Amino acid sequence: MIIKILGSGCKKCVALGDNAKAAAVTAGREAEIVKVTDFADIASYGVMSTPGLVIDEKLVSSGKVLSADEIGVILARL
Amino acid sequence: MIGDGFGWLNDQLLRMQWLADLVTLLLRDGFGLDTAGRIGASIHFFIYDVIKIFILLGVLIFGMSYIQSYFPPERTRRILGGVSGLPANILAALLGTVTPFCSCSSIPIFIGFTSAGLPVGITFSFLISSPLVDLASVILLASIFSWPIALAYVVVGLVIAVVGGTLLGRAGMDRYVESFVFRNPVIAHDGAEAALTRRERLQFARDQVADIVSRVWPYILIGVGIGAAIHNWIPQDLIAALLGQDKWWSVLLATLAGVPMYADIFGTLPIAEALVAHGAGLGTALAFMMAVTALSLPSLILLKRVVRLPLLAAFTGIVTAGIIGIGYLFNAFGYLFL
Repeated sequence: MIIKILGSGCKKCVALGDNAKAAAVTAGREAEIVKVTDFADIASYGVMSTPGLVIDEKLVSSGKVLSADEIGVILARL
Repeated sequence: MIGDGFGWLNDQLLRMQWLADLVTLLLRDGFGLDTAGRIGASIHFFIYDVIKIFILLGVLIFGMSYIQSYFPPERTRRILGGVSGLPANILAALLGTVTPFCSCSSIPIFIGFTSAGLPVGITFSFLISSPLVDLASVILLASIFSWPIALAYVVVGLVIAVVGGTLLGRAGMDRYVESFVFRNPVIAHDGAEAALTRRERLQFARDQVADIVSRVWPYILIGVGIGAAIHNWIPQDLIAALLGQDKWWSVLLATLAGVPMYADIFGTLPIAEALVAHGAGLGTALAFMMAVTALSLPSLILLKRVVRLPLLAAFTGIVTAGIIGIGYLFNAFGYLFL
């Protein structure tokens, strides 16, 4: 599973990345966290407010730092 | 009586007269500094202004972010998609005042708006007003200068955004947008905004305060430092000779100096304050402030990646010309406000 964090490197993006990593560990899933910092790449997911969270090329949230629990719920649904 | 009460509130809450008195007391009685002297006055200005700006900044960003949580870019885009022509430019400029003042978010917003089919002119009305006018800076302006000046600033800022966007739209600048911008998907993604609870909005507001303060504090310290230096070390005659409002080149000089600079409006205000107090024209100081906040080299370089040179040049030219015009207008009629 590939989890992408969309954002230009702000604190919130780092927090979201950490939460995603924690959620993947809790869920027992093998996940690679990729940081996407290029504006054109970020926009290619249709995101206007960062940070954005993309799981296996699907945008699941934007403009919000989801908690590890919230990401866990999303992972369980996938 | 009512007027007195309002004046008192204004002096204590916005201008924080109590803080100025407190700092005076501390420096004079605590450290034995002469606050009327050069060094004492510089230190007083620095401490008082830094504390005042940080208090106002914290309170204002909190309040503003709470309002802003109701207007994520996705919603703004949807609102703007429903109108056209001049009303759309006006609406875009107004919505720009309640959205983030960080220029780093302007590129994703530009791409998001444009790929959804919003005309370039309307998007630019939004992009011009967003860093230039926001509720927090208006209240800071009222605190440092006066309410009439703050309101006049809002009006002219919105006028630049509306006229600038309209002109860019009329000039058919759409064709100078890089083609990859149009190829991006438009994702409705409305769930996020509806799902926000009150607690999440409060948390969002708190995070915004922490985020923005951690980003702009160096600019504020530098700005207040320069302000303190202007206040007490640079001869008044020199400022009046260079930037006095009777000098025809003053606005031009202030604008051209401000355009390449990148700083936050909160960092520029103390400089503008000191300039006006020492003989620069009000229009000259406002032009400098607007030039610094609306345009900067870093943001233009970012913008260059999504638009081609003719559009970038037209954008820069129109906004610069608008700021210069407003500077002269304020210098001519500024006596009405001071």
